[in-house]
This record gives sequence, structure tokens and C-alpha cells, in this order.
Amino acid sequence: MNATLKNTVLFGIIALLIIYVGLAQSWNSALLIIAMGLISSIMALGVNLQWGFAGLFNVGIMGFVALGGLAAVLVGMPPTEGAFAAGGFGVVGALVLGALTIFATILVMRRMAPGWRRNLVVIAILVAGFFLFRGLLDPSVERIEAINPAETGYLGGLGLPVLLAWPVGGLFAAMAAWIIGKTALGLRSDYLAIATLGIAEIIIAVLKNEDWLTRGVKNVIGVPRPVPYEIDLQNTPAFVERAAGFGFNAVEASTLWVKVLYIGLFAIVLILLMWMSQRALHSPWGRMLRAIRDNEVAAEAMGKDVTARHLQVFILGSAICGIAGAMMTTMDSQLTPGTYQPLRFTFLIWVMVIVGGSGNNFGAVLGGFLIWFLWVQVEPMGFWLMNLITSGMDLNSPLRAHLLESASHMRLLTMGLVLLLVLRFSPRGLIPER
Amino acid sequence: MDLLNALIAFLNYVFVPGVAYGSQLALGALGVTLVYGILRFSNFAHGDTMAMGAMSAVLLTWLFQSWGISLGPLPTALLALPFAIGLTILLLLGTDRVVYRFYREKKAKPVILVIVSLGVTFIYNGVTRFIIGADDQNFLDGERFIISAREFKTATGLEEGLSFKTTQGITIITAIIVVAVLFWFLNRTRAGKSMRAYSDNEDLALLSGINPERVVMITWMIVAGLATIAGVLYGLDKSFKPFTYFQLLLPIFASAIVGGLGNPLGAIAGGFVIAFSEVTITYAWKKILVYMMPESLEPSGLVQLLSTDYKFAVSFVILLIVLLFKPTGLFKGQSV
Repeated sequence: MNATLKNTVLFGIIALLIIYVGLAQSWNSALLIIAMGLISSIMALGVNLQWGFAGLFNVGIMGFVALGGLAAVLVGMPPTEGAFAAGGFGVVGALVLGALTIFATILVMRRMAPGWRRNLVVIAILVAGFFLFRGLLDPSVERIEAINPAETGYLGGLGLPVLLAWPVGGLFAAMAAWIIGKTALGLRSDYLAIATLGIAEIIIAVLKNEDWLTRGVKNVIGVPRPVPYEIDLQNTPAFVERAAGFGFNAVEASTLWVKVLYIGLFAIVLILLMWMSQRALHSPWGRMLRAIRDNEVAAEAMGKDVTARHLQVFILGSAICGIAGAMMTTMDSQLTPGTYQPLRFTFLIWVMVIVGGSGNNFGAVLGGFLIWFLWVQVEPMGFWLMNLITSGMDLNSPLRAHLLESASHMRLLTMGLVLLLVLRFSPRGLIPER
Repeated sequence: MDLLNALIAFLNYVFVPGVAYGSQLALGALGVTLVYGILRFSNFAHGDTMAMGAMSAVLLTWLFQSWGISLGPLPTALLALPFAIGLTILLLLGTDRVVYRFYREKKAKPVILVIVSLGVTFIYNGVTRFIIGADDQNFLDGERFIISAREFKTATGLEEGLSFKTTQGITIITAIIVVAVLFWFLNRTRAGKSMRAYSDNEDLALLSGINPERVVMITWMIVAGLATIAGVLYGLDKSFKPFTYFQLLLPIFASAIVGGLGNPLGAIAGGFVIAFSEVTITYAWKKILVYMMPESLEPSGLVQLLSTDYKFAVSFVILLIVLLFKPTGLFKGQSV
């Protein structure tokens, strides 16, 4: 069996699985799996760029995804009335001041001769900058958060079309990646892992605690959508008529149609990114990256700038994750910082890349769909399994209750097992690199 | 001006919690650094190993409590600790046998082992949640305080109270004992010396007839002990919740790297550096400053540099500074 046939069969199996869900459960969940599968595939593409092309180990995917979500809020939400006048300038001024402080520190570090005098100046700049920053930020934040705290209490966004948030999300993630890459790349490979783990936790902490920016754990709801609302569709006679023509009632048809529209949008993004990744993979640039990945020393001896290429690909991959994050928040139409968990947003994507086949873009997409499918379906399967195991037990036995209750934790276990088994027995994944 | 009260407040809110937290981090970082030194990869599963170890101790404590066994004023968990360590040793040796050994024999790149350890993290985390659930569990019993704030106030007549929790006392004493035993083992015994030799230069160690599998086995046993002790102490001092152990990974790694990966002494120093930075930066200094300043200069705000929610940021920033200026850590660690 040649490779093309095998890949077609693999993707066909995924399609069959999703159709099965549509027939056995509901078309709504089937379409949702497709939509989330597309988003997961985009994240996996980003990670594949970093890991598969360049061998960079990023465990901060969650942070970049969350930054994309932040972009959706900052671009899409309408501005809060009076918030910017109350404290907007203070906040922006404080952020600029903070950036200036760091810039001044870097300048001093570069320009002054090493020694106690330089250390003293650096410490003085940092301390003074920090207190000025807090002095400017805190009162403004208080004023912003005082505005109708039950509903807004934050700056709001720019009120622009939410589709614009997708590239902006990529930009946010790219900036964070630049900071991390600048410090941790060029050092030992594990350091990048730990630095990305850290930045992800910090980004989530900022989103959870800076209420003026994201309303924190109070969540931002009702992010504008690029597609029509179900209720509007149901009130459109033409739509109801057409739905009836296909034999659907209006409510069901509207939820399905909205998902189909989202899937269309996501598919466009995925195809675009896929095309770019494929071109990159087969370009001289892609070959250089793989050469660096396989033998850093030799590539460096050939005059390749290893650290610069690593920084480049790290930023690109992270930006893709940011775009996917913005897309996800757009579809959920809410930003809930409390739900960002590393196991769901970082390690799940890793499983997708490894299972799909690292170094192969089609593999990443396949992994994205397959693992997302498993992630969604393992829980019902777990319940089914537990029901089977406990069927012989006494109805009131505490063990039975515990087992049934724990079935929801089966996901982690399954994903871990899948990852280890693939790494052990088929380390090149389902669609190996060519 | 009331320097004595200021000192007591400092001891109570900054120093004692800092020392206790620092000891817990140091024990965790020692485990990470040993795995790094001998097996040469960053073990992401360490946080969840701590969770597994602590969980065994929690379950055993409940068992002992149901039998009516207790240690009087001390927490029953201390009695459960040796058995929990035994279980964790079995767990880690089993994991090594089933998972890690294959890659060691293949001489896989370190980063592959890191990914594998991520998979192990998943599984440990899933098992922990499966057995004990994702919620807080309390397994502390016995006397709560060695010195309680009220007793201290009546005894000294000072305005500020100094409280010293039993768990803090136990943490500090246990950490001192464990570290002493560990260093005695590494420096004085034959097995410990072979471990250090293997860590310094693998090929030379092999040439001089050191059995690598034995070294690895001993390492996992020590790591299991350290992880369980650190996990139980942290669980006693704060509370046992599976997810917090995963989050501890960042300060633990920061400690190990700040000290120099692969260097046990560095891990201890790093643990205290991280712990004290976290505590001092997230503590609201107003209380202490009020005692130290004349009334006219009293601060109006809380004088808290960062809210406690940003404690991860503190370890992270220290980590970045060390990576930028001294990538091998304060004490010279290894680099690959």
C-alpha cells in the first residue's frame, strides 16, 4: 500500500468515526467535533512546526492559546463606556513606563562597564520603575474596576470585527514567544521547556487576576460572532422555509447552520496555514531547519545561524497557536480564564503531534482530529466501561459509586497511555515524516 | 517605633513560612536534580510523583486512623510515611522498568525522555485523580501548634504573636535529617560514591566496573523517598490537592536550575532562594513597616509588591535572570 492510499484511508476512518457520532449521537456533536478538530489541527500544526521541523520542545502552548483568546476580547468586545476616560490613560501610561524601565535596564547593561556601579544603577532603575509603575497603575485599575463591576468593570475592547482578532492573537503570541525565545533558546533544550511552562502559568495568572483587562474569573461573555446568531436565523422566514425544505425544524437547522459556517471559516484558515507549512517544509528554509534539527553542530559548521533560525520557527509556531486560541474563543464567544489547564491545552496538543507523526503536516492534522475525537468520546466510553465493570456489584456499594464517579478522570489516563504506547512502538507516528 | 514587635511579625509572617516552604522546595528540587544528574533528563513527572507519594500517605493515614493508631501530638502521617515511601519506590522502579529503561538502552536523546516523562505525568495524574479525586483532602491530626500566637502573646506581653505550627517544625527537622543522611550517603558510602562517579563521567564510571543499572535503581529509590517526603510535608503544611503538585513543578525546577542542575547542594540553596523571594515579594509589608516607622511616615497601602496570585511569576523571573546571566546556576551544575 503506498503512502497516499494509506493516508486517505486514515482520514477516511476519521470521517467514518465522525459520521458514526452524527448517526448514533447527534449531528450537532459531530459538527462540534469537526470544528474543534479543525482548531486542534491548527494548534498541532504550530507545534509540529516547532517540534517536527526544528526539534524545539514547547510546553507553554496553553499560554499562547490563552493570549489568542485575550486578543478576541480586546478586539471584538465593545469598549466599556467611560472606562478609558476613567483609567485607560493611566493603565496605558503604566505599561509604557514598565516597558521603558526594562528598556533602560537593558541599555544600561549594554553600555556600562560591568562592576558594582552598573549593578547599583540597574537595581535603582528597576526599583524606581517598579514603584512608579504600581503608583500609576493601581489607582487607574481601581477606577476602571469600579465601573459597573457586575457587568463590565474592565476596559472592554475596541469593538472591531472579531475576525480581525485572529491575526492579532497570532501577533500577541508571537511577542510572548519572542521574549521567551530570546532568553531560553541557545541554551540547553530542557531550559526552553521549563521557560515555556513558566510563561504559560504566568499568562494564565495575569488573565485570572487582572480584572481591568479580562474581568478575571468573572469571565467575559458575549464576544461578538462573525456568523449570525441562531435566534436571528430562526426569525428569518427565508431560512425557516429553506430548512423546512430539507426536512429540518428551524431550531435544529439554525444550530447546525451556525456550526457549518464556523467550520467553513476554520477550514479556510487551516487550508491557508497548511499550504504555507507545506511550502515552508519543502523550501530551502525547511530543509535547513531539518538539517539543524538532525545535527546542530554540522549545520552550524556550514554557516547556519542556529539560534536565529530556532527563534524564527519558535515565534512562527507560537503565533499559529495564538491564532487557534483566538478562533476558539470566538467560537465559544466567551473568555473563561479558569478553564485553561495545561493538561487540556498543552499536553493534549503534544499527544496529537506525536500520534499523528511529528515532522509531517498531514500527520499533525490527522492527530488533531483523531485525538480530539478520542478526548471527547473517552468520557462516555469510560462511563460505559465502568457501568460494565460495576454491573455485577451491589447497587449501594461505595466502590461502585467511586468507580462511576471517577470515570471522568479516565481521559488523562487514556491520553498518557496513548502517548507512551505511540512513542514506544511507533515513534514516527501514524503518518511518518518523509 | 517598636522594633521588637516588627521582628516578631517578620519571623511570624515571613521567616518561618519561608523556611518551611524552602525546605519543601529543596527536597523536591533534590529529587529533580538527582534524576538530572544520573539519568540526564528533566523529569516532568516529579510533581506528580510527589502527589502519588503523598496520596499513598493520605490513604495509609486514614487506614491507621480507622484502626485507632495515632502518634499523639504528632500527625499520624509520619507513621504512614515509611510505608508510603515503600509504595512510591515500587511505583518508580516499575515505571523505570516499563517505560524509561527502553529509552536508556536505546540511548535516546534527552528531549525524548522529557516527552516520555510528560506521558508518565499524565498517567500518574490520572491515577491520583482516579483513586482520591481532584478535591482537597485533609489528613492532618495531632497538635496544631508548637507555639500558638495567643500563648506567645500572654507569655511575652508583646502585641504581635508568633505562631509556630507543628507542621512547620516537622518540615524543618525532617528536611535537615533527610539532607544530612543524603549527603552522608553520597559522600561516604560506596553506592553514593559510585552515583557521583556515574554522574560526573559515565564512560569512566563504566570502565571502573560500576553497574549502571544498579546506580539507576538506587537513584530512583532515593528520588522516591525525597518526592514522598516533600509531598507529604507540603500536603501537611498546606493541604493535599492533586493539581497543586503539578503547579509546584515550576518553583521546583526553578530551584534546581537556580542552584545548578545536577548539583545537590545547589538544589537546597535554590529552594531557599526561590521560597524567600516568593514570600518576601508577595507579603504585605504594611504590618511590619507600621512598627518600624514613626507614625507620620506610616504607609497608606498594603506595601505588597505583587499579589500572592503571582507567586509563579516570582520563581519564573528569578529563573529567567539566572538563565540570562549564569546558565549553569549559582553552584556549578552540569550542562549537556
